[in-house]
Amino acid sequence: MNNELLTLLEKDARVTPAQLATMLGREEADVVNEIAEYEKNHVILGYPALIDWTKTDDELVTALIEVRIAPQRGDGFDRIAERIYQYEEVESLYLMSGAYDLAVTITGRSLRAVAEFVHARLAVIDGVTGTATHFILKKYKEKNHLFTKLPEQEERVLFV
Amino acid sequence: MIDYESALSARVKGIAPSGIRKFFDLLENMDSSDAISLGVGEPDFVTPWHIRDAGVYALEKGFTKYTSNAGLAELRRQISNYMYRRFALKYDPMKQMVVTVGGSEGIDIAVRAIVNQGDEVIVPVPSFVCYGPIVELVGGVPVYVQTKAEDEFRLTAEALRAAITPRTKLLVLPFPNNPTGAIMERADLEAIAQVLRGTNIIVLSDEIYAELTYGQHHVSIANIEDMYERTLVVNGFSKAYAMTGWRLGYVCGPQELIRQMLKIHQYAIMCAPTTSQYAAVEAMKNGDGDIQTMCKDYDYRRRFLLDKLHSAGLTCFEPKGAFYAFPCIASTGMTSAEFCEKFLIAEHVAAIPGTAFGPGGEGFVRMCYASSLANLSEAMDRLDRFLKGLRSSGGSV
Repeated sequence: MNNELLTLLEKDARVTPAQLATMLGREEADVVNEIAEYEKNHVILGYPALIDWTKTDDELVTALIEVRIAPQRGDGFDRIAERIYQYEEVESLYLMSGAYDLAVTITGRSLRAVAEFVHARLAVIDGVTGTATHFILKKYKEKNHLFTKLPEQEERVLFV
Repeated sequence: MIDYESALSARVKGIAPSGIRKFFDLLENMDSSDAISLGVGEPDFVTPWHIRDAGVYALEKGFTKYTSNAGLAELRRQISNYMYRRFALKYDPMKQMVVTVGGSEGIDIAVRAIVNQGDEVIVPVPSFVCYGPIVELVGGVPVYVQTKAEDEFRLTAEALRAAITPRTKLLVLPFPNNPTGAIMERADLEAIAQVLRGTNIIVLSDEIYAELTYGQHHVSIANIEDMYERTLVVNGFSKAYAMTGWRLGYVCGPQELIRQMLKIHQYAIMCAPTTSQYAAVEAMKNGDGDIQTMCKDYDYRRRFLLDKLHSAGLTCFEPKGAFYAFPCIASTGMTSAEFCEKFLIAEHVAAIPGTAFGPGGEGFVRMCYASSLANLSEAMDRLDRFLKGLRSSGGSV
C-alpha cells in the first residue's frame, strides 16, 4: 500500500497525529490537514473499535445472506442495494460477481430476529428473487485481527 | 575426584562470560509482570506464515535427512540470485558459499579458517559480543578499535590504519552495527578499502542487518574495487525475515577460503537444519515483500523512539541501520551499568549497558526498537519519569 498515513491509521486509528508525524518524518500540522481532508472527502469513513462480542454478556447472531436480484433498467443493482443498506441491521453490503448478486451481513439479537429480518424485510423487496442465509458460527479473523490470541513462545533468550 | 579446573581447556576458561549476566539475574528475580524489555535484539514479528508453512510442508513430506554439507543446491541458487538482486554481488552457488547454522557459525568457521595462534584480528567496538571470544578460542588476539559518536560510530580509515600491525590477519566489519545502529556508506568503505589495498588482510563483513537500513540501501565492502577477492560476507535469515529460531545463515566469498571453511563445517556441523533450509528457499523466493513491510515498520518505531529519547533530554545519534538506538546517558553521571540497573529496578524497563558491547560502550545504553509501538511508548514514558526523578533528586542530567 502506497499511502503510508492511511495504512497506519487503518492499523490503529488511535495513534495521535503528533505520533504519526514523528513516525513518518513529517510535520504534525501537515498530517492533521491531510486527515481532515480524508474525512471531508469520505476517504476515512469512521474510526470504529473491533469488538469480540462473544466475550461480553451480549448474545449476538451474525448471518451472511446471499441475495439474488433482478437488476432494474437504468439503476442496475444500486436502487435495490439502497433499499437494503438503509436498514440499520445491515452491517455490510457488497455487490458480488458469481452465483449471487449481493452479500449482506446482518447482526441480530437472536436467530429469530435475523430470520424475521430476512423473510419480512429482505425477501419481500421488489426485485429480490431469492435469498440464502448462512449463520456465522465462529469468527476467526476480521480486519487483520485474530479473535484468539496466538500463544507466545515462553522460553526465550534474554540477550542477543 | 575430578579436578575440573585442570580438566578444562585454558582457552575456554580464559574467556570472560557475558558481562551482563548479573543484570539478567536481577531481571529474573524481580516481580516483573509489567516489565518491558528493550534488551533482546531480535524481531518481535513471528516468521511470515508462508515461510513457516514451507517448513511444515517439508516436514510433512518427510524431508528430514541431512542435506549436502554446503546446503541444499536449490537454496544456494536462491542465495546466489538474492545476493545479485539485492546487493549486485555475484557468487557461484556451488563453489562460493556455505549455508550455516545462523550467521554465528559463519563467523566462527571464518575465524577458524583464517586465524593462527597469535594472529591479530581487528574488531571495531562497540559491536556484537561474539567476535573477540571466537578469536580467542583459536589463539588469536582481538584488537579492539573504538568507533566514536562524533564519527557516527563508523570505522574510520585512520583508526584502522593505526590498528594494523604485521600480525593483522583479519578485519571484522560489523555494519549495519549492533548496538549502535551505525552504517558504512560507500565513501566510508572506499576509505577503508584504500587502507587494505596491498595488504593480505581478509575482511569478515558481518552483514546480518543489511536489509534493515533506513534512507539508503546497504553497500557491501565486497562491492568496492579490489575488495571482493578478500571479503567474506556473512548474512542470514534471522533479522531480515524474523527467523532467529530457525538458525540459518550463510557465508559467501572467494572459493579458496570457502573450500577450507567448508571442511570445518563438514566436521563440526555436517549441515544446517534441513527444515530451516526448505523454509529459507521459500523466504528467498517470495519474501522480499515481507522484508519491506517489516523494515518500514521498524523505521516508524525508530523515528518514534529517537524523538522520545530527544524529548526526554538524552542525546542520541540517529541510527541508520539495524533496530537499535544507542543513546548517551553520560549526562546522568552514572555508568551504563548503574543506569540500566537503576532504570530496571525503578521503572521495570530493561535496556543493555553499552559496556556489554566492548570497550567504548561506556556512557551509552542499547535499546532495541523491534518492539511494539505500545511497548516503546510506555517504556519512553517511564524513561521520562525516571530522568525527571533523577533531576529533582539533584542529578545533573
